[in-house]
Amino acid sequence: MKKLLLFCFALLKIQYSSAQETYPVNGAWDIRPGQYAFTNATIVASADQTITNGTLLIKDRQIEAVGAAIAIPKGYVVIDLKGKFIYPGLVDAFTTYGMPEAPRQAFGLGGAGGGGFSRVNIPVSTKPGAYGWNEAIKPEMNAKAVFHANATTSVDYKKNGFGAVQSLIRDGIARGTSVAVTLGDERDNEVMLNDQVAAHYSFSKGTAATNYPTSLMGVIALLRQTYYDAAWYKNQKEEYNISLNEFNRIQTLPQIFEVTDPFSVLRAAKIGKEFGKVYLYKSDGEEYQRINEMKATGAGFIIPVNFPAPYDVTDPFDARQITYAQMKHWELAPTNPAVLEKAGIRFAITSDGLESSRDFWTNLRTAVDYGLTEKQAIKAVTQTPAEMLGIGDKLGTLAKGKLANFIITSSSVFKKDNVIYENWIEGRQYVVSKMDVADLRGKYNLTGDGLGNITLNVNGTPGSYTVAADRSGTDSVRTQGTFLRAGDQVNIYFDLKNNPAGNIRLSGYITSTTPLTLRGQGVLPDGTTTKWTAVYTSAATIAPTRPTPKPNTNVGPVIYPFMAFGNAQIPKAETTLFKNATVWTNEKEGILKNTDVLIENGKIKAVGKNLSAANAKVIDATGKQITAGIVDEHSHIAATGGINEGSQAVTSEVRIADVLNSEDIDLYRQLAGGVTTSHILHGSANPIGGQNQLIKHRWGVTPDQMKFEGSPGFIKFALGENVKQSNFPAAFGSANIRFPQTRMGVEQVYIDAFKRAKEYKAARAVKGNNVRRDLELDALVEILNDTRHITCHSYVQSEINMLMHVADSMGFKINTFTHILEGYKVADKMKAHNIAGSTFSDWWAYKMEVAEAIPYNGKLMHEVGVLTGFNSDDAEMARRLNQEAGKAVTYGQMNEEDALKLVTLNPAKMMHVDNRIGSIKPGKDADLVLWSANPLSIYAVAEKTYVDGIPYWDYAQDAAKQKAMKADEGRIIQKMIEAKNAGSAAQRPAFQRRRLYECETLEEDQFVVKQKGVQQNQDQH
Amino acid sequence: MKKIFLSLGELLFATILAFGQANISPAKPQSKPVLITGATIHVGNGQVIENGYIAFDKGKITAIGSGTAPNASFSEVILANGKQLYPGFICPITTLGLVEFESVRATIDDEETGDVNPNVRSLIAYNTDSKVIPTVRSNGILLAQPTPEGGLVSGQSSVVQLDAWNWQDAAYKTDIGMHLTWPIARAARTRRGPQAAGAAAQETPADRAQRVIDELSKYFSEAKAYAEMAKPKVANLRFEAMKGLFNGTKMLFVNAEGAKEITQAINFAKKYGIKEVIVGGNESYLVTDVLKDNNVPVILRETQRLPDKDEDDVYLPYKLPKLLQDAGVLYGLTGIGFWRQRNLPFEAGEAVGYGLTKEQAVQMITLNNAKILGIDKTTGTLEVGKDATLFISKGDALDMVTLNVDTAFIQGRNINLDNLHKQLYKKFAGKYGVEAKL
Repeated sequence: MKKLLLFCFALLKIQYSSAQETYPVNGAWDIRPGQYAFTNATIVASADQTITNGTLLIKDRQIEAVGAAIAIPKGYVVIDLKGKFIYPGLVDAFTTYGMPEAPRQAFGLGGAGGGGFSRVNIPVSTKPGAYGWNEAIKPEMNAKAVFHANATTSVDYKKNGFGAVQSLIRDGIARGTSVAVTLGDERDNEVMLNDQVAAHYSFSKGTAATNYPTSLMGVIALLRQTYYDAAWYKNQKEEYNISLNEFNRIQTLPQIFEVTDPFSVLRAAKIGKEFGKVYLYKSDGEEYQRINEMKATGAGFIIPVNFPAPYDVTDPFDARQITYAQMKHWELAPTNPAVLEKAGIRFAITSDGLESSRDFWTNLRTAVDYGLTEKQAIKAVTQTPAEMLGIGDKLGTLAKGKLANFIITSSSVFKKDNVIYENWIEGRQYVVSKMDVADLRGKYNLTGDGLGNITLNVNGTPGSYTVAADRSGTDSVRTQGTFLRAGDQVNIYFDLKNNPAGNIRLSGYITSTTPLTLRGQGVLPDGTTTKWTAVYTSAATIAPTRPTPKPNTNVGPVIYPFMAFGNAQIPKAETTLFKNATVWTNEKEGILKNTDVLIENGKIKAVGKNLSAANAKVIDATGKQITAGIVDEHSHIAATGGINEGSQAVTSEVRIADVLNSEDIDLYRQLAGGVTTSHILHGSANPIGGQNQLIKHRWGVTPDQMKFEGSPGFIKFALGENVKQSNFPAAFGSANIRFPQTRMGVEQVYIDAFKRAKEYKAARAVKGNNVRRDLELDALVEILNDTRHITCHSYVQSEINMLMHVADSMGFKINTFTHILEGYKVADKMKAHNIAGSTFSDWWAYKMEVAEAIPYNGKLMHEVGVLTGFNSDDAEMARRLNQEAGKAVTYGQMNEEDALKLVTLNPAKMMHVDNRIGSIKPGKDADLVLWSANPLSIYAVAEKTYVDGIPYWDYAQDAAKQKAMKADEGRIIQKMIEAKNAGSAAQRPAFQRRRLYECETLEEDQFVVKQKGVQQNQDQH
Repeated sequence: MKKIFLSLGELLFATILAFGQANISPAKPQSKPVLITGATIHVGNGQVIENGYIAFDKGKITAIGSGTAPNASFSEVILANGKQLYPGFICPITTLGLVEFESVRATIDDEETGDVNPNVRSLIAYNTDSKVIPTVRSNGILLAQPTPEGGLVSGQSSVVQLDAWNWQDAAYKTDIGMHLTWPIARAARTRRGPQAAGAAAQETPADRAQRVIDELSKYFSEAKAYAEMAKPKVANLRFEAMKGLFNGTKMLFVNAEGAKEITQAINFAKKYGIKEVIVGGNESYLVTDVLKDNNVPVILRETQRLPDKDEDDVYLPYKLPKLLQDAGVLYGLTGIGFWRQRNLPFEAGEAVGYGLTKEQAVQMITLNNAKILGIDKTTGTLEVGKDATLFISKGDALDMVTLNVDTAFIQGRNINLDNLHKQLYKKFAGKYGVEAKL
């Protein structure tokens, strides 16, 4: 019987003075003045102003006065709030209150997702109406058109003290406009505060059935293109498009972007920067992990307080499934609001994301325990959200003229046992917990016929009483009974065991409060009726409750990256002198024995004998070998949200640069294999894929900071089985229909795309043109201008010849054929076209088009004079590319110096960055690896790996790091056990593998922006 | 329409095979005694014989030692001075000969439909004409265990030698064991977002796994009871096939990676008195005591893989053999798949940089694998009386910089080391007029 939480709603729909003019009334008009005076309260008028012994006057919907010494005019209902508190009603800036459930669109059969590869092919929107081509862009959605107040769902908000919310349609990438409403149980017309509060965006495609986009980079490209389309739309007459029109119309509103982790904030901020927008972010509350970058966005945040529950770590084997990042986040999440406050970032707190709305105040208090000031906490749930939503003139603080939205509480809201009594919304009272009822706890003297002299000890809590009946003397007895209360009525049951035995049932009323007197009738076990009276004699003996200990708020440091092997401090470049090493220069000097290498300020300073440098850290490299850092020409690590936008045959508008993820353990693992630079490619699902990004393995930096500065742009093309979807399971009852499905079709895709690009280029060159900017064609024009280079996934000779032929006829160049396992068959032609070959050392037989792939391929291409490299396309193989290079010796006896270049200098040349990396030469970047043995050998261990002179990998230090991590995990696990023992609900650890991307990996789950997927280990490339 | 597609596909396939023909015949049986001298002989049990000789006749080793060979007449003497000589590497748990192209269904014969197929046998699907086998053989892998995959009980495997006209010729030890994949409690992929209110409580991953284990126990109990019947009225092919597990003639190979799963699997086999081998064993290093106490060996799957957890030592897979070596657990090694098995020597060599000795690494893929497969009486080391299954490499066979197999014998037969890849190499080296260095 949760009486305490039961709402008592007014039975009558009361009409106050400002009733809807246009609505007819059934019966006599019932317009009331609605004048109340709340006196003697501690009024927290705003986070900055607390009035003791204050008075609040309201009239109908508005606050008339608030202050200390306010005279109460006649005609006011006076409510004495002595000892109680008044706060402004809370405002939740991010809800879907009153919105209809978004229907979940079926993504293909079986709901397995698949977007562009779904069984249902929906290239353009099927939504009726003159809307845009992509269903995920729906700026035309107006929350006001579908909002309907909901007395059921509003209850949870009201219980927590919320009086108004922003409500949005949480579906799609451009989500249209939201509303601000109060939570009153009135007509929709009356609760509406602002029918166009903000425009909303997200990285989630939602229920849109259109194939495109299937990846996060596709989402970003689509949004960027929409901004350009909208700008173009303003000045054109050919097209009528409601979506673009609405998109333009809502640009003046606050722009709110729903994101997840800090990197997604940065992704959105970059879009904002391009189009002159500063978004407000609704996030997952992980800002503490990158607080400086968050601050630098200059944006405001709407954050949740859904701090994770501790994990159940009782089984140590199961506990192994919890990642270090999860542990750290569990510990640090409650610090997030405090960290934001300290950083001076403006933020509101939402109840969104909570498992149970009951956790709201508990968690907010936890945030205060972790350093959030009470002032800021109040502000973040009242004034800030109100101002963010542009309704600060009506809500957020208690001031004359504002709406009468306030709550009445038993104490400070930050006290653990605080009770919210009433939540007034626009002058309407909503009772959360009855306020003016006497506390019935105490000892009573119960008398009545057939009862004898009994002492009732009423205990428990108001709302959930317990009772014990005591009778002293000869037939002494002590028995537990039941005590129920409803309003002024009480019911008491107990069994005295003997004299009489059986249940005695008493029913009565509170007849006096001084002293508390209960009186009524009762029924004895034998059925006789009796009259009874119970009179308060003394306070109840209340068992002292154990004081709950303050949580242990000592937390570990934030680490960079926020995961295993992260560092509290990002390591810095050191002036280092390697003495007496075997140095593979990759220059004309060849392999130098007993040679020193000096690095300084991130660059190679000198290579030679007997070098010395003051202040340099000296490393004895006797017996060891130094090479340039390994360069992987074909990698799919360190990207999130999918690396294939395969929903269309041409997706040159998507960019890996938009979805880099610097928190990928493979960056670190590959450093431990000597890799310092990786070319992160779009996948191979379509003939013209997306734009690639060259990165350096800088462990702990932000995604943008990984980018290889000044490296020229690249784009991925692909040929063969993947682009023609040969190995797609054909769905039952429907064929694969995305063009192309044959190598014949692939050629036509290229010819068509470049014909369009040429026409576009010409049209854009005309002065005063109004040609729509097309990001897809822009990239193709860059190719035609030779400012963007092609790396093309390719296998068999026919298609390789085809693309060279198309390139010749259309006037563009191919930079690199990647995979190129039949390169040995066309090496002479590649050489003639000056096209590089980046291949696998020994892969074959994983599909039909590699039936004649041979491990001598690299050797043959190299012999013929093709610039040749070995790549990985595989997070595992990437960390032993040195060995793969060694296989050029196994298969074909390549000279060892040349073999090493396959994974260092040659890929650097392919990427046009050999002026910076790829060899050991003074002036070049200090990207170096110190090996224990011949770097091509299976026995070689990468002992140290430097990027820009920074030792990101150090085998010896790694051991220490592991030890420290183990210890920290142990510490956090102890804390989790304590938290669990203290009563926190625990979540069970479950085995979830990270997703590894390869060429063919297709994003299956378009709702997932932050990948938490199961590994899909395809052995197909 | 479908039909046309099919025949078209077949036609295409046939064409490719035609021009990709690697005409390599199996060798004739050993007809004369052979002596190899001057080699550094890696015996397979950790021993190394410098300047060693080895003699064999009728497929069996007749003498092995250091220095000058005992006086005997040999019609063939191979001088292997400065070269390395190894027992043939043994590749357990592979789909070699069962799969030709991973993505072409018609060429895939390693996975039968259904969850419980103890009666299916990989041996008869083993394709001795696979173009892949010679490419693997060229790197010193001379014996393999083609293994069925998939489902819960995948079927039975045999050991084959890699130079044969047909599967009967290839069979080295037939139907040695049954393959089981241990159920794992793995969280299902879920979409983000709140669960619908009032959604029914779902079976937890752990509960789901336990349910499968319970079903498996029931199945094995029934199979065991069946095995005790003299003449069952109604024959059950599956139970018939499982008899060998209970009378000790067949092993149970259990795919299990996690410490918990390995422990469960060991307890399971113990309950039925089954001889068991753990396959995979990524977390075997956490339960070495359980493995040792129960005498259960582990066949590690690849050293060249990624650690399972972000938190794991980045080199953990490389270090795993050493961890088991130090703990005294019997361990072997396989690569994965089929064509990749030509990297088995490197998979073994990988552990050397991380603590294993070179000879321990050799032993891992020779004697240890032979022991685990129950063929160590006749192969796995170079000892008098054992098969003359061995190869000569110009350099260290575990290292890509030096591996270069120039001669190989399987049971005394001097096998052809040519393969499709070498043929294509030579063909195109010829086109460009460059030397094809092998």
